[in-house]
Amino acid sequence: MSAPGKAKFQFSPVARALLPAVSLLVVLAGIAWLNPRAISYFGFNLMLNLAIPIVLATLAQMFVIAGNDLDLSIGPFIGFAACVSATWLHDAPLIGSAILICAVGVYAAMGALIYLRNLPSVVVTLGMGFVWQGLAILVLPQPGGQSPGWLASVMGFHPPFVPFPVLVAVVIAVMVWFLLERTSYGVILRGSGGNPVAIRRAGWSLLKIKMTLFAVAGLFGVLSGLSLVGLTTSADANIGNGYTLLGIAGVILGGGEFTGGRVSPIGAVVGALTLALAASPLLTFMHIPPDWQIGANGAILIIVLTARVLVSRRQEAI
Amino acid sequence: MGETAQCFAHLMGVRKQFGAVVALDGVDLKIGAGQRIGLVGHNGAGKSTLMNILAGAYAPNQGRLFIAGKEQPDYSVGQAQKLGVRCVFQELSLCPNLTVAENARVTHPALRGLGWLRKAKALIADKLDEIFPGHGISVSAQVKDLAIGRRQMVEIARAFTETDTPARLVILDEPTSSLDGHTAAQLLAFMRKAASGGTSFVLISHMLGEILENSDTIAVMRDGCIVAQDGAGAFNRDRLVQAMGAEESHAPASSDVTAARAQASVRVRARPRRQADSRDAVAHEGEIVGLAGLAGQGQTDLLRAIFLASSRRSPDITLSGSVALVAGDRQADGVFPLWSIADNITIRSLGRLARYGLISSSREQALSDHWRDKIQIRTPNMRNNILSLSGGNQQKALFARALASDAAIILMDDPMRGVDIATKLEVYDIIRQQAQAGRTFLWYTTETDELSVCDHVYVLRDGAIVDDMTRDALSEAAVIQSSFKEAD
Repeated sequence: MSAPGKAKFQFSPVARALLPAVSLLVVLAGIAWLNPRAISYFGFNLMLNLAIPIVLATLAQMFVIAGNDLDLSIGPFIGFAACVSATWLHDAPLIGSAILICAVGVYAAMGALIYLRNLPSVVVTLGMGFVWQGLAILVLPQPGGQSPGWLASVMGFHPPFVPFPVLVAVVIAVMVWFLLERTSYGVILRGSGGNPVAIRRAGWSLLKIKMTLFAVAGLFGVLSGLSLVGLTTSADANIGNGYTLLGIAGVILGGGEFTGGRVSPIGAVVGALTLALAASPLLTFMHIPPDWQIGANGAILIIVLTARVLVSRRQEAI
Repeated sequence: MGETAQCFAHLMGVRKQFGAVVALDGVDLKIGAGQRIGLVGHNGAGKSTLMNILAGAYAPNQGRLFIAGKEQPDYSVGQAQKLGVRCVFQELSLCPNLTVAENARVTHPALRGLGWLRKAKALIADKLDEIFPGHGISVSAQVKDLAIGRRQMVEIARAFTETDTPARLVILDEPTSSLDGHTAAQLLAFMRKAASGGTSFVLISHMLGEILENSDTIAVMRDGCIVAQDGAGAFNRDRLVQAMGAEESHAPASSDVTAARAQASVRVRARPRRQADSRDAVAHEGEIVGLAGLAGQGQTDLLRAIFLASSRRSPDITLSGSVALVAGDRQADGVFPLWSIADNITIRSLGRLARYGLISSSREQALSDHWRDKIQIRTPNMRNNILSLSGGNQQKALFARALASDAAIILMDDPMRGVDIATKLEVYDIIRQQAQAGRTFLWYTTETDELSVCDHVYVLRDGAIVDDMTRDALSEAAVIQSSFKEAD
């Protein structure tokens, strides 16, 4: 092979893998510079208050993106799961659990529908998004409800030395990394995004793969809804709406791509943390008024993603 | 039935239809254990369909299929794998986002549980070492980071890996098309050895010399039937070509109007990035310039650099005239899979087809029809999806895209891989005509035959030009010689 080829082989994968971590460090450095006291056990607990639901929502989206699909319903679905958790799961745990398990089943069925009818996932999930939203409003017409006691105490856990959100993020990242990158079926799941024809020719069922990916996405959606209720102790039908796009941004920020089965669980978690930090702590420390924060948030996202594209393009040029 | 005891696979009267198109029209074929069958025919003759039936991907509409001595009424991909039937498909069937070892796992359900990754790595690494000694491929590399020739090596090695079932019949569809001469020879030698160990082979190739030298029996297909079948010794190149129904195979006529190099104006002057001395590749108006050498020695990089230089200035490359590229990896860089044939052809020329700022569909139609007739794209309707064409015809459509454009310089990145001989001869003629009309061609090819179409040939090694020769000085021996020359 020629030397440019060699340079690409050795340099590019490392840089690609490090890029999400670099974005996270840049955001952290910004926070540390603006407000050094934030870099502390207490500070991280506050800043990453809502990071766990975002991490879980991002991973849910990542499983769908791994199969070259996109899930526009995950936000409303998280809202639905949160509403069920704050009502049924609190009042009648058995029925509540059954509803949540069925909801995961519906996710798997959605995957089957998309595969069997060869429908664009964007259309199906957009429609299902409205269904989940409607169901959430039926379950909980007004904001309220109450978090099951065990859930609130799990989410309120304060381990020594390491802030709880950081600990959870690390554990989840390693678990999902192992499942997707190191198990033999994880290879097949990722391969289905890279070259579905090859996977089918090798005798694997693409239907089963698609259902698995969506079911896991549903499972992570439910977990995200649960953690959200545990943190806020009540729910609202619109509580999860922002998580659809946040999850997509987290996956892409973490080095994933929309097609080709190129996703990285650890990157996705890092991306979600970056978003959680960039979303409000950084902006508050920059004294940006709340009215402008959402816009500034979008600007940060665009800057980070542009930087990513520029870096990967430079690698191609090398 | 003493013969069937030796017979691994037997097809009887197999017929396959796709809608109104009859792809296979009653094929009888016996594949003996340890036998190497060469299968030749035009694109669209039914070779791929036959292979897919053997692999269990298609079910025949009629006919019977015996594998390993038993009739297989419910033959499927899974069943084929259990019986030890392996395929190396022409369109690479690796997952680019997985590593080499993970791709090995995909075809082996038995690689599971603890330590599967270690086993998969060992499995594919051993096979690569066995078939292609000195391959230099890391089993932990993602396939998308490998050059196409190496991907092909991985794909081939994977077909021979064995876990619970041995490989008893391996079907190779154009296995050497992306390999250079050295690795192709390694593969063919391995095939010979494996066949003597009892593995059967079906070898599909458009390189007739390869088929003649490496098969025990040759079957010729035409229009969905096997029209000739005999021991390899009974065939020669001419007889094969005749049986395929191609036009008389002729050595490309050496045109006597050799472009007077000194007089014609220079269209391209390009220096490869890794060129240490001052040598550069020069192409004049109306010239066909070949880039030769072993596969993956920087020829594609040079073409890409020239293509990029048309929109972004580059210190090493000067161009006069617009550029069009005919991609080599047509699935990845060539076709727009969701578009029609016509759209695929006219995309490079939309500026000229516009009227009042909108695309004129009648002009579009006229342009695509013109090129359909000119290079004979075999389709009832140019509005059909591009994927409805066979591989060779898709490649023709990509040629038409470049030729229909206003580009004065046409770059070709080994585009004739896996294209049948009749199509090739047609395309050579078109290239020669277009060159006479003043177009300049830069042509990377891995097939030595094609170099004789060129007016001037540059040989690349390790990303740099190591030799250049005019058509008169050109010979296969000379090209091979400089491809392998030791660095000074």
